[in-house]
Amino acid sequence: MTTGQLAAQPLSEVEIGRIRADFPLLRRTVRGGRPLVYLDSGATSQKPRVVLDAEREFYERHNAAVHRGAHQLAEEATDAFEGARATVARFLGADPGEVVFTKNGTEGLNLLAYAFSNAGAPGALDGVDESWAQRLRLGPGDEVVVTEMEHHANLVPWQELCRRTGATLRWIGVDDDGELDVARLDEVVGERTRVVALTHVSNVLGTVNDLGPGSPVVAAARAVGALVVVDACQSAPHLDIRPLTAADSGVDALVFTGHKTLGPSGVGVLWARRRLLEAMPPFLTGGSMIEVVRMEGSTYAPPPAKFEAGVPMAAQAVGLAAGLDYLTEVGLDRVHAHDQQLMRHTLDVMADRPWLRVLGPQDPQRRIGAVAFVADGVHPHDVGQVLDDSGVAVRTGHHCAWPLHRRLRVPASTRASFGIYTSLGEIEALAEALDRVPDIFGLAG
Amino acid sequence: MDLYGELILDHAKRPQHAGLREPYDVEVNHVNPTCGDEISLRVHLDTVAGGAQDGAAVLRDVSYDALGCSISVASASVLAEETLGRPVAQTLQTYRHLHAMLTSRGADPGDAEQIGDAVAFAGVAKYPARVKCALLPWTAYLDALARAGADISAASERPEGA
Repeated sequence: MTTGQLAAQPLSEVEIGRIRADFPLLRRTVRGGRPLVYLDSGATSQKPRVVLDAEREFYERHNAAVHRGAHQLAEEATDAFEGARATVARFLGADPGEVVFTKNGTEGLNLLAYAFSNAGAPGALDGVDESWAQRLRLGPGDEVVVTEMEHHANLVPWQELCRRTGATLRWIGVDDDGELDVARLDEVVGERTRVVALTHVSNVLGTVNDLGPGSPVVAAARAVGALVVVDACQSAPHLDIRPLTAADSGVDALVFTGHKTLGPSGVGVLWARRRLLEAMPPFLTGGSMIEVVRMEGSTYAPPPAKFEAGVPMAAQAVGLAAGLDYLTEVGLDRVHAHDQQLMRHTLDVMADRPWLRVLGPQDPQRRIGAVAFVADGVHPHDVGQVLDDSGVAVRTGHHCAWPLHRRLRVPASTRASFGIYTSLGEIEALAEALDRVPDIFGLAG
Repeated sequence: MDLYGELILDHAKRPQHAGLREPYDVEVNHVNPTCGDEISLRVHLDTVAGGAQDGAAVLRDVSYDALGCSISVASASVLAEETLGRPVAQTLQTYRHLHAMLTSRGADPGDAEQIGDAVAFAGVAKYPARVKCALLPWTAYLDALARAGADISAASERPEGA
């Protein structure tokens, strides 16, 4: 939290009630008539009616293949799609030309990783400024740095990139409190580092990694000319991420996904600096992304089209834009303040129950959106099952962050995660449901 | 909750025949990649000499180390009870009946005469996400049998009467 600014007010109970009324799914019951308590927004968010309406309206009124067709509908569909790009750009504080639509966050990260390995192909960097070409060519001796808290989506593509190019994967460790071990940063990031890819917010621990001015990781990467790639999938629904795209942020690219950010599934966003996008070879190829095609070979359109092969997910992009507008209208400062209130309350609930142990930072201000925990002597899957029986939807397992769980010496965890519509009453419902666990499994509660 | 019957909780807290033992023919390691549950399982086969069962393969030992939820640990414990000392062919029949019950979405209550204590897992069938937990030890068991050279083709036949 920045001091010296007026702190935003958390959402009031009345406001939360109004927001909840916009999400039709939240009204349903589960498991024999119990009210749904949806605490799995870290996996996917529910969608407000405006998102569903936007998608439906696109199909009912404007549906056509984007960037093709000589007719009015094609024009309208293209306008809707490009309008969605402009909305995403506003949400990011970026230029629309730097916004690439992808299938999801995972595809965005693969698109980046493949740009590096494709750069090694003969002719792939023809016409690219040599200083940029050098940054993209990767081979033995070069190093790619990730962190031990990454979602598999920001780990496996880089492992594969290293396998393809002969580069070495290194990682910044995580300490027992679930924070990046920045004290040993200079042992990991060095002259050979070409890419540093890290998450903004841990999808398990909720840990917020410092990427602001003075960020040790960003500074270390910049000092050696490494590109900084940020996975913003967990921060975009909760935080104003515009500072990450500011001219002097030191961040070169970021991804987020639509379905966690009130939007539909099937759409995600890659943002990268124009110079980088211009230098990067394409990932998926085919229609839409070309300039001139001959049997002997082809040239490619400028970005972002270069990275959007095939007919794009126009209705989903339009839906995502409606979701982002919804977040912006509520105000991300207030969404964040709301999240902080939920976080404090959830950590209190956990602290009152000595048989529960919260993973990650204990300071609510160091976290966002998610609380993963373990119960003494009860497997997370069993905890989740008891919660589900009470209508409380959480996630159990390793949450696609297996190495992080291994590091914290737990096989798995149970995770409650919040959305803009999560109420304090739902945290109370979580607490009540948790209290059934000791009874069922014979713990001294 | 109908899922956590006393029998399952008892087996989960005190898994029978747990721990990896010597001698053994084959050890397999299986994981459930969505939740990280793991099992190491060993089988030790023997061949009956003489009598009506002459030449039949029997389980001299089944030992395991299971790390996971109560459903998967209890399932490993029941598996050991239902297979130890039995002919391979009989255990495959047990598996077939158990598999049919677990994948019935609750329609098949299970037959205690065929699957013994494993009827306690009938409630699991109503929770598709947990069926994998209950099947993990059995999948490992079939894999171990196959690697040990046993004929497991009977495992995929439909149980009689199903």
